[in-house]
Amino acid sequence: MNAHTANPTAARRGSSITTRRLSKTFNGVTVLQPTDLEIPAGEILVLLGPSGCGKTTLLRLIAGLEQPDGPDMIRFDGEDVGGVPIEKRNVGMVFQSYALFPNMTVAENVAYGLKIRRIGRAQREAETRRLLALVGMDEYADRRISAISGGQRQRTALARALAIKPRVLLLDEPLAALDAVLRERLRVEIGLLLREFGITAVYVTHDQAEAMAIGDRIAVMQRGRIAQIGAPQTIYHRPANDFVADFVGTMNRLEGRVAGGVLAIEGDGTHARLDVGGPDRTAAICFRPEAARLSAGEAAVAARVVASTFFGATQRLVAEVAPGRRLQLDLSSSLSFTPGQIVAFDIDPQAIIEFQQEA
Amino acid sequence: MRSRHFDLLLILPAAIFTLAFLILPLARLTLEAGSGPGGLAGFFVILTEARFRNSLIVTLVLAIVTTVATLAVATVAAQTLAHRKFPGRGLLLSMLTFPLAFPGVVVGFMIILFGGRLGLVGSVTKSLIGTNVVFAYSLFGLFLGYLYFSVPRVLLTILAAAEKLDPSLVEAARSLGAGPVAIQRDVVLPALFPAMYTGGALCFATAMGAFGTAFTLATNIDVVPMLIYTEFTLATNASMAAAISIALGLITWAALVVARSRAMRDVNGG
Repeated sequence: MNAHTANPTAARRGSSITTRRLSKTFNGVTVLQPTDLEIPAGEILVLLGPSGCGKTTLLRLIAGLEQPDGPDMIRFDGEDVGGVPIEKRNVGMVFQSYALFPNMTVAENVAYGLKIRRIGRAQREAETRRLLALVGMDEYADRRISAISGGQRQRTALARALAIKPRVLLLDEPLAALDAVLRERLRVEIGLLLREFGITAVYVTHDQAEAMAIGDRIAVMQRGRIAQIGAPQTIYHRPANDFVADFVGTMNRLEGRVAGGVLAIEGDGTHARLDVGGPDRTAAICFRPEAARLSAGEAAVAARVVASTFFGATQRLVAEVAPGRRLQLDLSSSLSFTPGQIVAFDIDPQAIIEFQQEA
Repeated sequence: MRSRHFDLLLILPAAIFTLAFLILPLARLTLEAGSGPGGLAGFFVILTEARFRNSLIVTLVLAIVTTVATLAVATVAAQTLAHRKFPGRGLLLSMLTFPLAFPGVVVGFMIILFGGRLGLVGSVTKSLIGTNVVFAYSLFGLFLGYLYFSVPRVLLTILAAAEKLDPSLVEAARSLGAGPVAIQRDVVLPALFPAMYTGGALCFATAMGAFGTAFTLATNIDVVPMLIYTEFTLATNASMAAAISIALGLITWAALVVARSRAMRDVNGG
């Protein structure tokens, strides 16, 4: 929702996607467990997860590159497309390897889908020019694919996928083949372009920063199912389980006995006394590195500094509450710490998360 | 400077080889050809004399048909094998490439065993329709023989290219609405083209000059290599044999150059 408000005038385009008990089994191995998904028209949904979590399979099922286990599992605008082959499904695809045709120029690549649809030359050329201008590739229309850079290839691939006015746009790790600097710049660019188009998009990535920057919603996937789906803020601040918490950003975790509403861990001159309330129990209390605030008085946590890493505006401190129980804390880089020193800090009570202890 | 000298040293073996086995014999052959009764006109005899000209046309047609058929068989097989894993794939591949091990004469014998007077096809057709079908000693037999030893070489070349083809290229084309014909025309064949050209050129050159198979089978057909052999050994006309040899070499080479330039124009989208 956050992103849509940035450009409220953009028209919503594309179809809604609904999956009902969508599953996929390869040679007896279920790579996608029955999955229900509602993607409203115009939404950008990011499928995030480690390799082998089923995110690419889900994307390929929506595309029509894989056959689902049963009938009527995928609908576009309420219409069952399970039996429609990819050639007729009218989906735009962007691949990690770009998959641009090397025997054609940039413009010919973009025009290819229109040529297949037997659109007349004049209209085809006008549409191609419009799309190339949109992705900032108009200067390179007559270049061969081998003569443009990785970032330009990805933008060409995006223009080619959009040229056919697809019902949905499907992107499979589109930035994974690029170097870090370019990836960071392009994820902002692609995010803006997708919003400008306002088309329903499903975007697969294993990079959580990319997911945060691009998604209206993020579906975190784990072992063939969706572990949590929600806005980036929800995923980050209110992760549904350990897996989501660890996969999206860094999460500190203190396990112990809660007595009288307080989780207490005592070390040698160090301690953690977190007021979490509730009945007596064994609990895993988690918080993000940035939830720590230096404290002068009676601090909730006093930890011994192990090391610090400079990140520019902030620094990440690794500190021990007790031997082997380490925390990561983000603090201003203007402060200086020496290993062995004890730092005292409080934790924003809003940022404390408790997970059910797994039996 | 030292590295320049070292580079020259590195290229020396290839240079000696080229000199000893290509340039010197060619020069000798050229001199030999020019020394015949007709002088330099001997070179053109392959075009001017009907018997030689017909032989050249038959050889060219045979080589072209063999190349086209080989490319068709190998391209289909390579695409089928490239992205499929199945038990026995390795065995099938080694069977398919088995003919690589045979010299031309052996291939000729195999065609005789298959389609000769006492061959397999002959005996079967005799018992079925009462006629002994024999094709081993005809152009068709020769064509089969050439096909038999050309397919494995070309298949291996194209298979390597087909395995390197990014499957997402085909998926991208499908997502844009392309059917199987458009995918072959716009995606797969352009990607395989360099390998098809290399394989096809090898096949064409072999078919133009193959002797072993022709010697075994071509009792009634004068393909150019047979012509050279008869001129040299039976008619003891060394200068004529030399002239035809050079002409055959030049024509084969020219055909390859033309095919290459056309091919590259097609690849670059003209």
